[in-house]
Amino acid sequence: MADPEIKSYEPHHESQSAAVTESLPVRLLLMAVAFAFLVIFVLLPLIIVFHEALAKGLGAYTESLSNPDTRSAIRLTLLVAAIAVPLNVVFGISAAWAIAKFEFKGKAFLTTLIDLPFSVSPVISGLVYVLLFGAQGLLGEWLKAHGIQILFAVPGIVLATVFVTFPFVARELIPLMQEQGNGDEEAALSLGANGWQTFWYVTLPNVKWGLLYGVLLCNARSMGEFGAVSVVSGHIRGLTNTMPLHVEILYNEYNAVGAFAVASLLAGLALVTLVLKTLLEMRYGAEIAATRGH
Amino acid sequence: MEVRVANVRKEFDRFPALHDVSLDIKSGELIALLGPSGSGKTTLLRLIAGLERPTRGKIFFGDDDASQKSIQERNVGFVFQHYALFRHMTVADNIGFGLKVRHGPSRPPAAEIRRRASELLDLVQLSGLEKRYPAQLSGGQRQRVALARAMAIEPKVLLLDEPFGALDAQVRRELRRWLREIHDRTGHTTVFVTHDQEEALELADRVVVMSQGRIEQVGSADEIYDTPNSPFVYSFIGESSTLPVKVEDGQVWIADRPIGLSAPHAPSGEAVLYFRPHDVELLDGCSGCIAGTVAASRRVAGTRRVELEIGGERQRVEIELPVDHPAAQKSRVAFRPRRWKLFPAA
Amino acid sequence: MTIAPAKAGWRFRQPSVIPGFGLTLGFSLAYLTLIILIPLSGLIWRSAALGWTDFWAIATDRRTLNALEISFGAAFIAAAVNVVFGTLVAWVLVRYRFPGRRIVDAMVDLPFALPTAVAGIALTTLYAPNGWIGHLLAPLGIKVAYTPLGIVVALVFIGLPFVVRTVQPIMEEIDKEVEEAAATLGANRFQIITRILFPGLAPAIVTGFSLAFARGVGEYGSVIFIAGNLPYKSEIAPLLIVIRLEEYNYPAATAIAAIMLLLSFLMLLVINLAQSWSRKRYG
Repeated sequence: MADPEIKSYEPHHESQSAAVTESLPVRLLLMAVAFAFLVIFVLLPLIIVFHEALAKGLGAYTESLSNPDTRSAIRLTLLVAAIAVPLNVVFGISAAWAIAKFEFKGKAFLTTLIDLPFSVSPVISGLVYVLLFGAQGLLGEWLKAHGIQILFAVPGIVLATVFVTFPFVARELIPLMQEQGNGDEEAALSLGANGWQTFWYVTLPNVKWGLLYGVLLCNARSMGEFGAVSVVSGHIRGLTNTMPLHVEILYNEYNAVGAFAVASLLAGLALVTLVLKTLLEMRYGAEIAATRGH
Repeated sequence: MEVRVANVRKEFDRFPALHDVSLDIKSGELIALLGPSGSGKTTLLRLIAGLERPTRGKIFFGDDDASQKSIQERNVGFVFQHYALFRHMTVADNIGFGLKVRHGPSRPPAAEIRRRASELLDLVQLSGLEKRYPAQLSGGQRQRVALARAMAIEPKVLLLDEPFGALDAQVRRELRRWLREIHDRTGHTTVFVTHDQEEALELADRVVVMSQGRIEQVGSADEIYDTPNSPFVYSFIGESSTLPVKVEDGQVWIADRPIGLSAPHAPSGEAVLYFRPHDVELLDGCSGCIAGTVAASRRVAGTRRVELEIGGERQRVEIELPVDHPAAQKSRVAFRPRRWKLFPAA
Repeated sequence: MTIAPAKAGWRFRQPSVIPGFGLTLGFSLAYLTLIILIPLSGLIWRSAALGWTDFWAIATDRRTLNALEISFGAAFIAAAVNVVFGTLVAWVLVRYRFPGRRIVDAMVDLPFALPTAVAGIALTTLYAPNGWIGHLLAPLGIKVAYTPLGIVVALVFIGLPFVVRTVQPIMEEIDKEVEEAAATLGANRFQIITRILFPGLAPAIVTGFSLAFARGVGEYGSVIFIAGNLPYKSEIAPLLIVIRLEEYNYPAATAIAAIMLLLSFLMLLVINLAQSWSRKRYG
């Protein structure tokens, strides 16, 4: 509950006093350099995706998107995200509850472990599953004997995606729930609510925007993941090709329009993600503020 | 509902927050837990609520051992210091929450919950604010909603943690009177924590003074103020002045002179004399009194405070004089405490 | 639910009335173990099973060494570039007010949201000799695409948000009064920035550098398109892992992965030490 005082508090003054800002020419120069850098490194890559996708006209664009292999890549990407994101949401909520609501030995270590996938190369994230489930892998023989296909099939792609997107929801919720403390939960319990009711009626509404923020980032990454999925997928067209992998295949076949058409869908996803993320930050900044940026 | 705290000890990380605390609370009583921060008062309240578990000892609600019960089963109404109102729920939903989360037949139908919520809003004088969200209320209104929410579950005991701590002085005084009225009307056994002695003395039937994890004294406002039983209570409640003295032959001495106070039961030796600065008798002559030179004098509202230097060791002591009393201007003042108490020298 | 009296002395967790500790911690640990810990320890177990001589032979293979050098070197250069420009971008975003600031701010996150394969083909097309940027650089004799320089460009793109988003919040917290105090004491703007502001930002900059660096070392998708992937010249370590896997040379893939993990771990350790040093020094 913010005091009116806190609400009206503006951390940043709209205008800086002359003593503590640069002179106008310096300001303009710095801004020009920063903008030029952003345009060259960020904006142009985005623009060229759409430019190349439409290079041969709208007809060629829609035609390459209606290709059956492209369609199946889109379906697979949606399927993988639909499995991986909810799994990591359940994990994220569960880990955040344990870490934020309780004091226990080894908590800091556990928090570090959750971030581990961020410091592992995506290729290695895929490799570990190859070593586990591949033909020469630890479980390879056993899986083969039982006719279970994990590698070069959907389960492997899902596992690699889950690995790579593992920390997103948890690291969004943990600081947020820590910041909110246990007061509301204690109040609900003292009013007779059980644990599940407390979570459902009190905790979840308190963190819903932060959760949505985490889901957004988790989803963007799971649909766009390339390295990890590339290692475990086997690149079977129409079967184990996700959208990013399909982009690679088309590009390597010198089908630029096709590659950039699929890429434009992924870029669209990135833009939607960014817009929603910015809206969330603007509208619910205080409720997701515990972590911004990654 | 009577509440009995029996030999409770509470440690946090091996650091004792409460040492062997026992307290009997009568049914329908309004009790204040008063003490400085770190005295263990909030810990005691949270133990009664079941928000913490005692390291040792038990807590009884009536004849039931509540220590064995979960917080949900204890059925206590707890008002949190910062209210802990659910900010995504309306006022009515906040108040109805405790009823809504019940299971089976004990859960009233939605219409009944609404009715009860608006009844309680009437009680806390906030009728018509059902649809508001906590962020749209003033501090005092939030406080009232928090209380209504706690009362909605028909608690056996009502527990309030620094209920007025976050409010302006003006609102505090209003709510204090209002809480007393509500208590008299509903008759809940009520325990509240405060660090404000005025609040405790004015509001409570009995005050529990706590310090460093121990109960120093339990009693009515009169008992606590007039007959404090420890140096801590004497100096924590109200104003007090102290002087190092000596007891010999049942008489109180300062340096080599008796000061006209007899203490037949006090053991001989060094002691400390406690009295209230305003509760003194001014004397003209001095045979058997405390006399000193005025070192400083300040006007405090309707009275005048003078600081006297006493004896060769220039002990300073404060007493209160009427503004127009001639002694205030005199360089030498003689007095004798009307009510006083001796405690062994530390 | 009944409550047993709490035991004194060492305990795994502080008692709490909030339920669900066993369930949530148990599930989290089980999930973490299954998804992350078992597969990762499989990697370590496999590389340990290689034996020292085999491991050493793979590690000191010319191609492996070159790939590692390229990955770590390019990531280092790119992170350094990002420290300069990322800090500048953060400064402009925090300190200056201009129309469209929100949009520019949101743009910084694009490399984070854009799938790496998309970034890879986009950058390649831009920097190819006939591309929008490539054809401007070609007359100057600068080749970016299909050279190690291309790798740096891709890693600059990938690493930018890490630096900006680490430095920006710390910059926002800087108390303007500190600067004003320095100004009243006679410091000029340059002195204020280098003596007052920069030391306060140093830990955040080091953190941003290490995040961008760590991400760059492991990056695959955005690099392989632009790098040209010539063995010994522009072949990054993650790509070499993939190549070894495709050759069914599991031991080599495992060994290179283990070396990468070890090196990243060591560098993060060094950076952590540097960070705690600078935190101690500058608070």
